[in-house]
Amino acid sequence: MVDRSGTPLVELRDIHIAFGGVKAVDGVSVDLFPGEVVGLLGHNGAGKSTLIKCLSGAYRQDSGDVYVKGEKVNIQTPRDARDYNIETIYQTLALADNLDAASNLFLGRELTTSLGFVDDSAMEAETRKIMGRLNPNFRKFASPVSALSGGQRQSVAIARAVYFEAKILIMDEPTAALGPQETQMVAELIQELKKDGLGIFLIDHDVHQVKRLCDRAAVMKNGELVGIVDVDDVSTDDLLGMIIAGKTPDHLAA
Amino acid sequence: MADASAPSAPPPRKSLMQTLEVDTRLLGMIGAFAIVCIVFNVMTDGRFLTPRNVFNLTIQTVSVAIMATGMVFVIVTRHIDLSVGSLLATASAMMAMMQTSILPGMGLDLGDPWIAPLAILAGLATGAAIGALQGYLVGYLAIPSFIVTLGGLLVWRNVGWYLTNGQTIGPLDENFQLLGGIGGTLGTTGSWILGLIAVVVACMAIWSARRSRIAHGFPVKPVWAEAAMMALSAAAILGFVAVLNAYQVPSRVLQRDFQARGETMPEGFTQGYGVPYSVLLLIAVAVVMTVVARRTRLGRYIFATGGNPDAAELSGINTRLLTVKVFAIMGMLAALAAVVASARLSFHSNDIGTLDELRVIAAAVIGGTALAGGMGTIYGAILGALIMQSLQSGMAMVGVDAPFQNIVVGAVLVLAVLVDILYRKRMGAR
Repeated sequence: MVDRSGTPLVELRDIHIAFGGVKAVDGVSVDLFPGEVVGLLGHNGAGKSTLIKCLSGAYRQDSGDVYVKGEKVNIQTPRDARDYNIETIYQTLALADNLDAASNLFLGRELTTSLGFVDDSAMEAETRKIMGRLNPNFRKFASPVSALSGGQRQSVAIARAVYFEAKILIMDEPTAALGPQETQMVAELIQELKKDGLGIFLIDHDVHQVKRLCDRAAVMKNGELVGIVDVDDVSTDDLLGMIIAGKTPDHLAA
Repeated sequence: MADASAPSAPPPRKSLMQTLEVDTRLLGMIGAFAIVCIVFNVMTDGRFLTPRNVFNLTIQTVSVAIMATGMVFVIVTRHIDLSVGSLLATASAMMAMMQTSILPGMGLDLGDPWIAPLAILAGLATGAAIGALQGYLVGYLAIPSFIVTLGGLLVWRNVGWYLTNGQTIGPLDENFQLLGGIGGTLGTTGSWILGLIAVVVACMAIWSARRSRIAHGFPVKPVWAEAAMMALSAAAILGFVAVLNAYQVPSRVLQRDFQARGETMPEGFTQGYGVPYSVLLLIAVAVVMTVVARRTRLGRYIFATGGNPDAAELSGINTRLLTVKVFAIMGMLAALAAVVASARLSFHSNDIGTLDELRVIAAAVIGGTALAGGMGTIYGAILGALIMQSLQSGMAMVGVDAPFQNIVVGAVLVLAVLVDILYRKRMGAR
């Protein structure tokens, strides 16, 4: 069971974002505790990716505050987010296809020699180490990532987040492009990271997956938060009802 | 996340090329260049590959090749620069004005040793500033680079014209002219020393790369393969130096030099030209640009941005500032090319560098720079410039009519890109 007595790792309070009159996110508050996985559910366009991009630094909220470990923070760019140990695995993976695994893993945070040149050998060595842990079958260190399979690319993206000791991990549909076996490996990895005390936001379409992987689920519809529920208290049908009809199940509606 | 090829089969026998880890694409380009040279050599009854012609070819290529290295960065980041020829003209005008009127007006006598360096500095600053301005328009104001530099093509050509009132300015400073090519060479002894230093550096680079891989426990090539690469590099470097040294200064020029010093030329005295300073400049540019591309964060970010701009942005790279830097580098290299081009002519004229933008882009593209971004090499662009120049001057030597020369060059450009696309498809890379 997740201990929710202390300070939350992350707290998004009353976030508003509008794009030219359209309210993409309208007064949403969500929190996340250490060792917890919170699923963000909703239709396409419900605002879940937009909400989470305030935390990863890709967007800036119009109003509302972000708190990390109880302290109010100002995240303007992806670089700021990284400074707070917030790492994001994007749906598109955000890999530069023409570069190899090591260059992608260290992109923006290259290891350098004493003369200030990028140290490719050291980065490859580190990449070999971390990949040995995450995906021991990974061999294609010299190829550009465009030559890798979907699962291999995913493992590079995950390695990037894990290597830099993320405390808060945002995963945007991490299994959308994966086969069953690879999906299972991601699931195992999430369990392992949970044990290490990371907090994970998992954006997903699949209610079964959310029930299986998450502790709580936050459901959004048309930019508004429908509700946050403990996944053990609800059935998948309840979750679907929240997503489609936008109503909290009767037995929870106090 | 399982790798499909998990069972460790015995590694397949590697071919000779794989063992040597030679870049097949580089090999293809060298092959194409060799064919061009041999065909022209046969057609001109051996006049194409004389030391004299090789020397001329080399110095004619320098200006375009210097700019092509910068164009690689521009194209890799998915931009284009159509203004380099005009920018060259503005920088050249600026430097010519510095030498003939501004600096002398500030009290430096004509022929003062400070004139050339100050003029060059002013030119480089002009080029970098114009490039940075264009980069700002592209990066921060999000105007497509095609439009910004198309505008620049008109603007900078005519800024140069305005600065000089349309006059041809010359002769340029004597020291400045040393960078033009035939007027300034290292001489035979100096060239041999340079060649030997280059061989040592090349061998050390190969060896230290190997040691670094061993230190991290990565697989390395067999020692004989490394040795073969060293021998090949050494042969190429020394061969090039030998050819340039074999081009003799005409005895008439030597006699004039001796007379100027009030001496008489000894009977049978000969002297080779050796490596021109302009070629030295190109080599320095090539080395610096290659190091930037492969060994610095700037280079890494340039290639990452070209491969996936969104990923680069999300990785915390300031892609807007990067665009400014890339265009500033391009502008500075255009100014450097202006030094070589105007020094070679020994004067500045309004039409200097006309159509150079097309030659430069063609050189980069023939050299394997993909317009889709993310791919390209410095050495490829230089080889591309060399191939273009060889075609052009070879056809002129054979006596091909002027319209046909351009038709062939245009067709070769399209063909080169087609071959490149087919090659990539076969390699299955993208």
